[in-house]
Amino acid sequence: MSAVKIENISKSFDTVLALAQVSFDVLKGELFGLIGPDGAGKTTMFKILTTLLMPDQGKAYVEGFHTVKDYKKIRRIIGYMPGKFSLYQDLTVEENLNFFATIFNTSIKENYHLIADIYGQLEPFKKRRAGNLSGGMKQKLALSCALIHEPKVLFLDEPTTGVDAVSRAEFWEMLGRLKAKGITIVVSTPYMDEASLCERIALIQTGKILSIDTPEHITNAYHKPLYAVRSDDFFRLMKELRGQHFAERVEPFGEYLHLTTKDQITEHEIHQYIQSQGHSTIELSAIEATIEDVFLDLMQAN
Amino acid sequence: MMLRTFIAFVKKETFHILRDPRTLFILFGMPIALVFIFGYTITNEFTGASISVVDQSKDKLSQALIDHLVASGHFELINVSDDIVSLENDFKAGVVKMGVVISPLFEQHFYRDKKATVQIIADATEPNYAATLTNYATRMINAFQNTKSEISSIPYQLDIESRMYYNPKLIGAYNFVPGVVALILMLICAMMTSLTIAKEKEMGTMDLLLVSPLHPLLIILGKVTPYVILSFINAIIVLGIGYFVFTVPIKGSLVLLLLLVLLYLMVALALGILISTKANSQQTAMMSSLFILLLPTMLLSGFIFPIASMPVILQYISKIIPAKYFIIIEKAIMLKGASLDSVINPVIVLGIMLVILLAAALKNFKVIYK
Repeated sequence: MSAVKIENISKSFDTVLALAQVSFDVLKGELFGLIGPDGAGKTTMFKILTTLLMPDQGKAYVEGFHTVKDYKKIRRIIGYMPGKFSLYQDLTVEENLNFFATIFNTSIKENYHLIADIYGQLEPFKKRRAGNLSGGMKQKLALSCALIHEPKVLFLDEPTTGVDAVSRAEFWEMLGRLKAKGITIVVSTPYMDEASLCERIALIQTGKILSIDTPEHITNAYHKPLYAVRSDDFFRLMKELRGQHFAERVEPFGEYLHLTTKDQITEHEIHQYIQSQGHSTIELSAIEATIEDVFLDLMQAN
Repeated sequence: MMLRTFIAFVKKETFHILRDPRTLFILFGMPIALVFIFGYTITNEFTGASISVVDQSKDKLSQALIDHLVASGHFELINVSDDIVSLENDFKAGVVKMGVVISPLFEQHFYRDKKATVQIIADATEPNYAATLTNYATRMINAFQNTKSEISSIPYQLDIESRMYYNPKLIGAYNFVPGVVALILMLICAMMTSLTIAKEKEMGTMDLLLVSPLHPLLIILGKVTPYVILSFINAIIVLGIGYFVFTVPIKGSLVLLLLLVLLYLMVALALGILISTKANSQQTAMMSSLFILLLPTMLLSGFIFPIASMPVILQYISKIIPAKYFIIIEKAIMLKGASLDSVINPVIVLGIMLVILLAAALKNFKVIYK
């Protein structure tokens, strides 16, 4: 049985279509990622799955319970961490955790083993008010509060947005350990580089699912020729390549441009072209696609 | 389990209140400030009101009348002249609020023709004050006439003897203390409740509370209980200030009064919850509270303006203002020493309001958003 089952869910706000006929399953014990830019419909999906929002059409089940009819049962077995930091800023770290433990009829002591390695880092600051924590610590506290009642399914809406790179890496390590404890985790993120840390991902854009698979399968399915390229004049190179008929897409990826070609053109011919434009210190190599390449490609196709 | 959760909720809410100086000020600063503001500024009592007299007669009787007015201590004589123009100048300069014009040959007309004229002119740019002054002056002049008439004895005169029951000295505090209690309880209990629930929505914490096994009723009860207790304490503080500082009596049963304060609190609370179900931000909650609660409670409850002198449509609207009934109850118990029997009608009205508002609030409280 799936931990989460979504069948043809549609939801619109006024005239804006937030989700269009979305369907997917999340297996038990899986670390599942919902990957897409802001406004793709990720938060709406989370609100429906956490029983806060009614879908216009379609059905969704969490651990076999219907999100509208059995919402009370779902609310006992899930942990939810909203995208916006939603704890009591004027309560201390300890008071927040205590409060959420109590309303789920448990205590910090009882389930300390679940949050030990997360809350452990926060304990030196347990008398500090939540509003005065750094971004990374806020996320850890929010995760602790969502975990304290030992949920079967954990919903994390953009947990790493606004968090520094080190804390982000730490956070994903923690998710790995939670998964090892058998908790199903559904996480959303706008950062494509985090997609590869999930077991399976769904790429979502303007309310539509573009692709669902393991990150490897998704990147392997990209069959177009792809090159990483750079030269001494980065922006002129980008402009010139974008004007070429052989270039399907040219996107900046950090220090390199990712060039997808559509015509039969060899690496050598590309190099010659760039040289003929007067660039120096040219680097050019064929590469494997990343999730972001696939995402941009699927976006363009839609 | 329910009790433990409930206590945790009340504790959390108390922390919120204690850690926010603004909330604390609204809770305790405002009520006390309001009592004293109303106590010392909005009052119909007066002493030593400045007057100007135009004495066109200048005889013994006119002088006696002037002495009579001044001797009471209510009026202070600023100017005596024989020209009406000087009175007008005094009005324009704002030196006096009332003038008394005694017509020529006053004594002669009074005793011989049994008909003399005294004219009272008031500056009605402040209508209430002008009315109070002329009323008082008229009463004093009538009294003066009676004392002088005994000598000459005018036959067949209608003798009006008025007595002011329950508030013989016409002390303003007797009116405003019940009014302020009604206003403060409505404001604090309803506004603070709607604000605190709207805040949870605005901060996103309401979503977390909803995604928990908590019953919605428990969420609401846990949130409002501290405010009920604080409002109740406020009511006692205001009544205490009324009793000890402004000597407003509590003739009836204190227990009955406090029980009915609780009933009114519940009505205010239900209103606050209802507002919060509609308002998604603290700002909206605040504005709607001020509009729905503060203004009608002040203006249409009979606290400041008598309901009987309102336009008919406003009189009908005043019938749905809870404060109106609560003020009736308060005045009856405090000033008249009424028992429950005498105030049963307004009590029933408040009871019905409570049931309707609670039902509406619970119905509108969303556990799943559409």
